[in-house]
Amino acid sequence: MNHRAIRAIYLFEMARTWRTLLQSIVSPVVSTSLYFVVFGAAIGSRISQVEGVSYGTFIVPGLIMLSVLTQSIANASFGIYFPKFTGTIYEILSAPISYFEIVLGYVGAAATKSIILGLIILATAGLFVPLHIHHPVWMLAFLVLTAVTFSLFGFIIGIWADGFEKLQMIPMLVVTPLTFLGGSFYSIDMLPPTWRTVAMLNPVVYLISGFRWSFYEIADVSMSVSVGMTLAFLVICLVVIWWIFRTGYRLKN
Amino acid sequence: MSSIISVANLSKTYGSGFKALKNVNLDIKRGEIFALLGPNGAGKTTLISIICGIANPSEGRVLVGGENIQTSYRKARSLIGLVPQELHTDAFESVWATVSFSRGLFGKPKNPDHIEKVLKDLSLWDKKDNKIITLSGGMKRRVMIAKALSHEPQILFLDEPTAGVDVELRKGMWEVVRTLQQSGVTIILTTHYIEEAEEMADRIGVINKGEIVLIEDKATLMQKLGKKRLTLHLQGRLDALPESLGHYELELCDAGATLVYDYDTKGERTGITSLLGDLRTAGIRFNDLDTTQSSLEDIFVDLVRTS
Repeated sequence: MNHRAIRAIYLFEMARTWRTLLQSIVSPVVSTSLYFVVFGAAIGSRISQVEGVSYGTFIVPGLIMLSVLTQSIANASFGIYFPKFTGTIYEILSAPISYFEIVLGYVGAAATKSIILGLIILATAGLFVPLHIHHPVWMLAFLVLTAVTFSLFGFIIGIWADGFEKLQMIPMLVVTPLTFLGGSFYSIDMLPPTWRTVAMLNPVVYLISGFRWSFYEIADVSMSVSVGMTLAFLVICLVVIWWIFRTGYRLKN
Repeated sequence: MSSIISVANLSKTYGSGFKALKNVNLDIKRGEIFALLGPNGAGKTTLISIICGIANPSEGRVLVGGENIQTSYRKARSLIGLVPQELHTDAFESVWATVSFSRGLFGKPKNPDHIEKVLKDLSLWDKKDNKIITLSGGMKRRVMIAKALSHEPQILFLDEPTAGVDVELRKGMWEVVRTLQQSGVTIILTTHYIEEAEEMADRIGVINKGEIVLIEDKATLMQKLGKKRLTLHLQGRLDALPESLGHYELELCDAGATLVYDYDTKGERTGITSLLGDLRTAGIRFNDLDTTQSSLEDIFVDLVRTS
């Protein structure tokens, strides 16, 4: 294992985060605070409790997931796309480093950033609403699992993209809508039966449900199903990345 | 001298069907400076990319330091430093950070003394804290070389290292390359500047349309393929050549004031002695004469044209 190379990539990527602190950390925190103001205070004041929890408190796990999902994808996709765009990828490809180690460096850094961000948003939420986390270990485990899985997904998008438009396309057109429709701001049980069935096809439902369970012990689906679905997506991402490196898709032409 | 790189039956066909390399066989000797010449699109960069692991070969085998670049890629790649043709740099990183990153990427422990030496050798020490975006093109090129040397490679690939670099800087780089060779580093150089190969290389390979056209010691190549030109400055102008000189391939230049004769140095007979005799017989006298050796550039152009 070339641990020095993993460390070099990881620290290089983390250095970019500190260099671009404003857009990396501050912007998502400001956006999330605005969600609290709009959904928590304005709309929440007109909605009574959801499954025994105040609306403002109820949306906290969904809001954290919303940021962690989008930031994991953005961080990892940009992390690997940028060297492709500038051409510095030549150095990564010519280094004595395995594909697994490359992924570990880039995805590890992207996931770390998202986890830090998730925790910052959690702390920010604590300023707006009272919070009590029933299962902190599960909460952390779910946060890490989601950050890693979607960083892998972002890595795939970064390899696939051959322009900045494509880099934005999937996060904008697919992930954000799925997250909004995945129960960030409501319980799936609040939907009519037909839409409830449709919602169950959305993988983000399982993530948010599982994460929310770790906070309040309330969930749209069972915890084991949530974990199973997230792990399944993780495995799919790993298989796609394995195929990318085996074939050299968009890397070694 | 033993081979440090051995390329056997290497071919590369791109997805579009374009054959960039066709059954290339090449051995690079340990410690030499090898210049790979070829026109644009000849396959130079593709060949380097495959050896360095950036592109996958379609067929064939490459050994670096006796290690297969595919099955034993860690050992093979750790021997190589690559300076690519384009200036691919992390614009917002400092010189020190980007060179240190390269060393870590190749699995080497931190060694600030070595990085300092490399930067000083390349006259980059006073720029070590500058962001790369603020550097000139020539300095960026030297940063690329510093990155390639950061992990103390045994083999250095320089793909068009002096493209767009001014004459003074180019000569400075030649010095750096010579010093590296003296320290035991094998250097493979691709270039469009023929004088660069002529100045630097021990051996020369010519690639054209994906095929190696020639591999030869530079001196032997110059001797084997080099033509010389004899120019005679005549006492009086000639309107036309006399018939008795018709069997020589002579050319009248400068409105009949000079007579030019090209001859092959590798031939047993150059024909100069008999030409001078026949000129005297024909009553043609000259004030002065000079000979010039054809350059590597002439040889290269000839090879590419005929291959």
